[in-house]
Amino acid sequence: MLEELNKSAAKLPSLSSFRSLTQLGRREMKLGLLFLSPWIFGFLVFTLLPMLATLFFSFLNLKITDGILSKPDFAGLANYQKLFNDPSVWSNSTSPGSFWVTVKFGLIALPVGIFLPLAIAVLMNNKHLKMPMFFRSMFYMPYIVPFVAAIFLWGGMLNPESGWINRALIFLGMAKENVPTWANDVQWVYPAYVIMGIWGIGNAMLIMLSGLQGVPTELYDAAKVDGATGWQTFWKVTFPMISPVIFYNLVLSIVGLFQYFLVPLVVNSGTGRPGGATYFYNLYLYKTFFTYQDMAYGSTLAWFLFVIILVVTITLFGTAKYWVYYAGEARS
Amino acid sequence: MKKSLSPKFLKGVNIVFVTSLAIALLVIFLAPFLFMVFTSLKTQGQISQLGAPIWPAKPTSFEYNGKNIEVYKVPMSACAGADPNDTTIKNLGIAKKGRQESTFVDPANIAAGEFKCKVSWRALERPWKFSPTWDNYKQAWNTIPGTFPKLMWNTTFYAIMTEIGVLISCTLVAYGFARFRFPGRDFLFIILIATIFLPGAVTIVPTYTFYQKIGWLGTWLPLIVPTFFANAYDVFLLRQYFMTLPRELDEAAMIDGAGPLTVLWRVIIPQSYPALMAVTVFHIVYAWNDYFGPLIFLSTARDKWPISVALSTFNGIYGQQPQLIQAASLMTLLAPLLLFVLAQRFFVQGIVITGVEK
Repeated sequence: MLEELNKSAAKLPSLSSFRSLTQLGRREMKLGLLFLSPWIFGFLVFTLLPMLATLFFSFLNLKITDGILSKPDFAGLANYQKLFNDPSVWSNSTSPGSFWVTVKFGLIALPVGIFLPLAIAVLMNNKHLKMPMFFRSMFYMPYIVPFVAAIFLWGGMLNPESGWINRALIFLGMAKENVPTWANDVQWVYPAYVIMGIWGIGNAMLIMLSGLQGVPTELYDAAKVDGATGWQTFWKVTFPMISPVIFYNLVLSIVGLFQYFLVPLVVNSGTGRPGGATYFYNLYLYKTFFTYQDMAYGSTLAWFLFVIILVVTITLFGTAKYWVYYAGEARS
Repeated sequence: MKKSLSPKFLKGVNIVFVTSLAIALLVIFLAPFLFMVFTSLKTQGQISQLGAPIWPAKPTSFEYNGKNIEVYKVPMSACAGADPNDTTIKNLGIAKKGRQESTFVDPANIAAGEFKCKVSWRALERPWKFSPTWDNYKQAWNTIPGTFPKLMWNTTFYAIMTEIGVLISCTLVAYGFARFRFPGRDFLFIILIATIFLPGAVTIVPTYTFYQKIGWLGTWLPLIVPTFFANAYDVFLLRQYFMTLPRELDEAAMIDGAGPLTVLWRVIIPQSYPALMAVTVFHIVYAWNDYFGPLIFLSTARDKWPISVALSTFNGIYGQQPQLIQAASLMTLLAPLLLFVLAQRFFVQGIVITGVEK
């Protein structure tokens, strides 16, 4: 999907290309646009227009108090000024800052979200594995469990007293008074969230598996002839060959992590407990909209998030040429 | 040493090693299902009791002199008239509790009568007997906000209506991207893909305010109508699949005078069942899973809540009763689980079609 983006990025239409269309070409264009029209209309109405409106709101004063929308007046850059000095976004002595909370959690969750599916996919791709279809199916299966149900399930597993995870830790020899209290402990709440997300690896695992299956066997044979060890083969052959798949998952994970908020919303009721550690940026954003009903400042937070994601995504695409290898294309 | 082992033996060792590793990981990975089933079959009493087993059980007791008396594990050496070196532990019914000394009776040998043992009954463990409680399901079924069948119906209705929207619109749009060549098409395709990276927050306020203005809040419309205008994931999946279909059949049909809609309906769609099925099953899972959309658009309309919203509200009320939460969660995930069992190959296929590298 992403390679498509990279490839076609240069092919913007020029005016002359429209002029040089033949009669037949014009008919094809009309028909094509007709078929695309549901999406084009939807994009304009449900995406582009609201986006621009959000941008516009961010320069206003716009609040709902007691169900009544305030009269909008122009606020200039006041909302952005507020954003850059907001202790709920950036840390101060009383709050860890929702932006840094998001980044910190992302740094813990991202490696797990990439390497765990990759490791399982490598195992699934092992030629010695019996019944690969069965295992593949079973590792994917929890992905279909509805999100809210999965959270309560894992919440139960992570219950400090009755959950199986702490029971397992005690069984393995951990002292009863040392077991983590997971979602109630600043130290453990991020690992707890990561564990709660483990059931979501199914999709990434299958995507990586299809990448692994696409590596030509001749490459492995050649590596064997050259006397490469298993580890070397993985890093010198497998990894470059599946780097597009990893890149794809990496970009999607990062974009997803910046918007992370449903788990803290459900698990810690969106309060940020314990100690503001689960007050994620996107959570703060939605609370600004739906709880504090400050439409203008919420819009500012939303656009800031959009810009951050845009910058990070573009940076990632920029790094792609150094480590993502597309077969059939010379590496520059 | 390696030389003495036959390659066949080594291969066998590898198979055993790799497959056992996969089994071990899978057991850990799926253990929460067992946790859920076990917890949902426990009584509240067992959950709060220390030392209770992890499987649904109740402490053993037995009928004695018309009373139900509790059974404890008693070291026989502490009992009157027993050999002090006796190391056996027997399950005995307690007839009279005492701090220093209690009176017991052997359920296996009631005729032998009561006897005393010098043990503190509080320090004794109780034997447990497997005993599932089905009441939790009944209680969850009856107390979840909205009735359970209604919630199921709401979720199904939501899934079906949006499914229709997704299938119609995404097929049309994917066909447009896959089969028509014109300047600007690739640019539009980039925009389509880019919408995947767009944070939802950046469009929510104007759309929410707009829906409020036109009176759509508390109705299904904000959730259903946008699905009729295609989405990037499903268009991408279908487009990838349509591109793999040979154009010769399209062209033959066109020579016979078929218009583009006829080609789509008669030529493309009949060849695309795997992709359409993949979109269908992915969407059902998505709809069953959707929480935030219904939460904000239907928050005032309780009668339209899907199961996800009701379940989280239920957790807010009964959070201290894990057995009810697990029973309700289990009932919630049965439908998607069944779908997966019946249609698992379409899930896998869908991801293969997306192919990523194409």
